[in-house]
Amino acid sequence: MALRIRSKREFGSALLYGALGMAGFVIAGDYGFGTAGRMGPGYFPRVISGLLILVALASLLRSLQRDGDPIGPVNWKALLLVTASVCLFGLLLIGAGLPLALTVLLLVSASASEHFAMSTRSLAALVALVAVCTLVFAEGLGVPMPLVGSWLSPLFAS
Amino acid sequence: MDMLSNLWMGLTVASSITNLGYCLLGVFLGTAIGVLPGLGPVATIAMLLPLTFGLPPETALIMLAGIYYGAQYGGSTTAILVNLPGEPSSVVTALDGHQMARQGHAGRALSTAAIGSFIAGTISTLLIALFAPALAVVALQFGPAEYFALMVLGLIASIVMASGSLLQAFGMILTGLLLGMVGTDVNSAVPRFTFDLPMLSDGINFVVLAMGIFGLGEIVANLESEGERTLLTRKVTNLMPTREDWRRIIGPIARGTALGSVLGILPGGGAALASFGSYSLEKRLSKEPECFGKGAIEGVAGPESANNAGAQTSFIPMLTLGLPSNSVMALMIGAMLIQGIQPGPSVMTEQPTLFWGLIASMWIGNLMLLVLNLPLIGLWVRMIAIPYHFLFPTIIALCAIGVFSVNNSVFDVYAMALFGVVGYLFRKLEVEPAPMLLAFILGPMMEEFLRRTLLFSKGDPSVLLTRPLSAGLLSIAAIMLLLVVLPSVRKKREQAFQEG
Repeated sequence: MALRIRSKREFGSALLYGALGMAGFVIAGDYGFGTAGRMGPGYFPRVISGLLILVALASLLRSLQRDGDPIGPVNWKALLLVTASVCLFGLLLIGAGLPLALTVLLLVSASASEHFAMSTRSLAALVALVAVCTLVFAEGLGVPMPLVGSWLSPLFAS
Repeated sequence: MDMLSNLWMGLTVASSITNLGYCLLGVFLGTAIGVLPGLGPVATIAMLLPLTFGLPPETALIMLAGIYYGAQYGGSTTAILVNLPGEPSSVVTALDGHQMARQGHAGRALSTAAIGSFIAGTISTLLIALFAPALAVVALQFGPAEYFALMVLGLIASIVMASGSLLQAFGMILTGLLLGMVGTDVNSAVPRFTFDLPMLSDGINFVVLAMGIFGLGEIVANLESEGERTLLTRKVTNLMPTREDWRRIIGPIARGTALGSVLGILPGGGAALASFGSYSLEKRLSKEPECFGKGAIEGVAGPESANNAGAQTSFIPMLTLGLPSNSVMALMIGAMLIQGIQPGPSVMTEQPTLFWGLIASMWIGNLMLLVLNLPLIGLWVRMIAIPYHFLFPTIIALCAIGVFSVNNSVFDVYAMALFGVVGYLFRKLEVEPAPMLLAFILGPMMEEFLRRTLLFSKGDPSVLLTRPLSAGLLSIAAIMLLLVVLPSVRKKREQAFQEG
């Protein structure tokens, strides 16, 4: 009898829970288990991970039994660009300073949209937004974000 | 009258110039961000949270509560005008509210929502003042066993009330519990699941998790269907309901308030269920149920009152027991912890000005919403009209700055990016992430209380069933779980979620 996955969604979550549960169970194996009366640091994690593996198995069974909708198309472009924009912000914040990091974040994330286009209007919005954020957060609220990053400060040191 | 004198004290605290000012600012900003399509209260609060860090605890909480009501009200404005509900609880408002707007009655729909919310808010604020102290007295007698049982009940309730499959919701709870364990174990000082990263030794920050999953994940999902949004009316006129309207909405408002107040106290996301419940109730009671979905004003008044009442009373378990009943309250607890306040029954006795000031400010906040929002509707309409491709980069920027400012840590920014991917994955698999956030917050407390319970009983788990209070709570949890597994109830539950 050939097994067929009838609900891809259900199968996907079974994989997700299974992976998490197994990883949790294995990693928590290094922590002392203890007894119910004196629980070690590994007790609760292993019980929870074990339950998660059970949920994964039940989910797996269901994915073979019941028909379900397929997983819709993944918007790789948006996922990649949005994630990259946030990571670039993190990379640039200390080195290049807030205004630059923010500009990069805004440009990269905006390009995820199908309406992305360089126009005077969008450039004006970009400049205004960077200015407002810098003023409100770095100056007004005193969040320690450099205006000029450590990579660039030599240029301004003279 | 103890309650009245306490409320009076609260009013004096809340009406100091500073507190009034921040309440107003919170309500204003909350509405401004909340009207933006696709942003629910959780994302709004998480984004604006950093603004409150420098404030004294009272003022910070008052401002946050203001942001919450504002965000909720803003959400229903968007639901009515563009049919884009930002959160589950305004999905129902969109059904009839948007139809009213299409027929040229946007003004009446908006004012009905505002008036209903205000009446519901006023009544449920009184309920909080009445019941919170009583509950806090009971809570003082709670031992670890009772707390553990209560948390189990809360998590079970959130499984029951989550939309979609029960098994998936259970999986999300476990995932949340597991994520909550990341960090140093309090009892043994053993770092767990930290992968030797010192940044993880204090655990995952809940703001990072919430913004990644509810903020970024949502944005990527929204970018899949960048259709044109049609904003119906640029000018909203006729803001006052007619006398006939008043006659029609007063019943739904009263029933919605009652239903919402009860459901809000229950752990597990009361507001959304309250508005779904109120909608089907009004439809059933109506003489012309066929009008529902075609612009029935009752279908706006009832659910809007219910969800506001539910939003208010969900503060009761948070303030008295330190337990969040939904993701917004989980965020509020996080905010309190950042301010150095441990939520729980002692807050009321040890910091009465904070407790009563917050309660009084809830009412003031609702009043401000009523007074502010209708005249400012033109501004909100213009906010909604901002195209999404301008909005979402701004939202991402605010999330990134916000997350950084919590711990001044770049690591948190990367972690948010990662959770954004996870959040998108959850949406693709159609699992609801709200129970996970709840479990994430409750997890560490739950483990601690379970450990203590079993330490006192020398490892014998039967104490959970021999102490009357904890046995009672656990049996309620068991009954709830049994009920939803029953096929007939299960069908009803699915129906309730499909009305939307």
